[in-house]
Amino acid sequence: MAHHDKSKQEKVVFVGDSRVRRGNGFITPPDYTAYPGKSEAFIPNFLLKEWMVGVVVLVGFLVLTISEPAPLGFPADPSASVIPMPDWYFLFLYQYLKYPYASGNYVILGTMGIPTVAFGALLLAPFLDTGKERRFYKRPIASALMFLSLASLIYLTNFAWTHYKHELEKAGVEPEHIQREEQALENRLAGLPPAGSEPQTEIAIVDKDDPAMEFYTKANCISCHGTDLKGSGAPSLRGVGDKHDQEAILAIIKEGYNGKMPPMYTAAINAGLTDEDVDHLAEWLAKQKAEAVE
Amino acid sequence: MFKNVYDWIDERLDITPIWRDVADHEVPEHVNPAHHFSAFVYCFGGLTFFITVIQILSGMFLTMYYVPDIINAYKSVEYLQTQVAFGQIVRGMHHWGASLVIVMMFLHTLRVFFTGSYKAPREMNWVVGMLIFFVMIGLGLTGYLLPWDNKAYFATKVTLEIANSIPVLGPVMKELLQGGTIVGAETLTRFFAIHVFFLPAVLLILLVGHFIMIRRQGISGPL
Repeated sequence: MAHHDKSKQEKVVFVGDSRVRRGNGFITPPDYTAYPGKSEAFIPNFLLKEWMVGVVVLVGFLVLTISEPAPLGFPADPSASVIPMPDWYFLFLYQYLKYPYASGNYVILGTMGIPTVAFGALLLAPFLDTGKERRFYKRPIASALMFLSLASLIYLTNFAWTHYKHELEKAGVEPEHIQREEQALENRLAGLPPAGSEPQTEIAIVDKDDPAMEFYTKANCISCHGTDLKGSGAPSLRGVGDKHDQEAILAIIKEGYNGKMPPMYTAAINAGLTDEDVDHLAEWLAKQKAEAVE
Repeated sequence: MFKNVYDWIDERLDITPIWRDVADHEVPEHVNPAHHFSAFVYCFGGLTFFITVIQILSGMFLTMYYVPDIINAYKSVEYLQTQVAFGQIVRGMHHWGASLVIVMMFLHTLRVFFTGSYKAPREMNWVVGMLIFFVMIGLGLTGYLLPWDNKAYFATKVTLEIANSIPVLGPVMKELLQGGTIVGAETLTRFFAIHVFFLPAVLLILLVGHFIMIRRQGISGPL
């Protein structure tokens, strides 16, 4: 050990501070003789075993990572209508804040009172549970409180998640990251860039003076697909001709689309359009191609 | 060769005690999963650290492509996800790792709680551990906004409104985090700074404290 014979070998002379007590420079390893057994050295023996557990976890983790790409929705848009959803480990708090005694007039109790008590108690647990006994069944109060908290965590999280699923079903929408993935796949099959963020509104309308523009308004397409085909609740129809031909568009008008769009044919006829008008509308929509503008 | 280099440095800086502090200690039988399978519950803390290291490394690689501004944030994430070699894997690791680290930390906390390991003399280490827990939650919260998609945007809006309902402090906290009156460009840069500089710095300091304390006190005995 080089540091034994300091005075002779030292290259750098440290100026000592007399206020600092000289120690042995080494944390005394804890004495485990009170509970003897097959103790082993941390490095390398024990670390190897811990690493083996780590490898099992790592493989599971990588399988998850590769099989399930990280979700990504559409770019943030303050005017979009989205059901707000925090990350899963905040769901319990989010759900709990919806209850009447934690919101409205009692919102202070909700955001400050109960969480402060709960997390404060958790933070200061060793000072609240001061008994010598360590086994959980010998500390009924602490354990019961923890079991109760766990049960409510699980209940609230599950409740929030089921509710969210239900909301999605009721609104008839899929989470955006799934929509984006589908769109990216569709784009890829159509030989377009996979990006879901490509602004579609920049494609101009083909033949804007065509009477079909009026049919579009009259048949109420406008209420979902927006003014000037820009899209609002439903996707933009600019450049729709790149995705679907005339017959496909006609079929969509008649039968709806993937359960997201209802059949609109009857509504169009009721709005005073003739069969030919609808045909013409489909023909015109099929002409809406991005390249046609350039 | 290595020995010579080691000796050369040790002669000047006396590093052997540091190395001993890290490596040279015994691990008792009751926490060793090789002896008792049920002792795997004692691995959760180590695994939390392992995942934290993965988070730090994957996060460092993500910042090579990520741009924290509202025009490019989403595009850079999408580029990373669809164009960059292994970008999807690295982002996936960071995304799923964020959840996994919470899970592991939660299990570790439960292990410590139910084995009563937080009792004297280890009270301070429990408190530091809980602070680490809160920092991790903060990292999760701030990281959630960064992809700048609708889910991130609206979740953050709701979170900030919840913060706002806290009396007196709430509005100040909200404005500080939000950097203005709306969730916008400033919010994104603030969350980014908090996520990659402030909280990781606090986290590392707390982790060092956590580890020094466990080395000084040793692991709690068998039940």
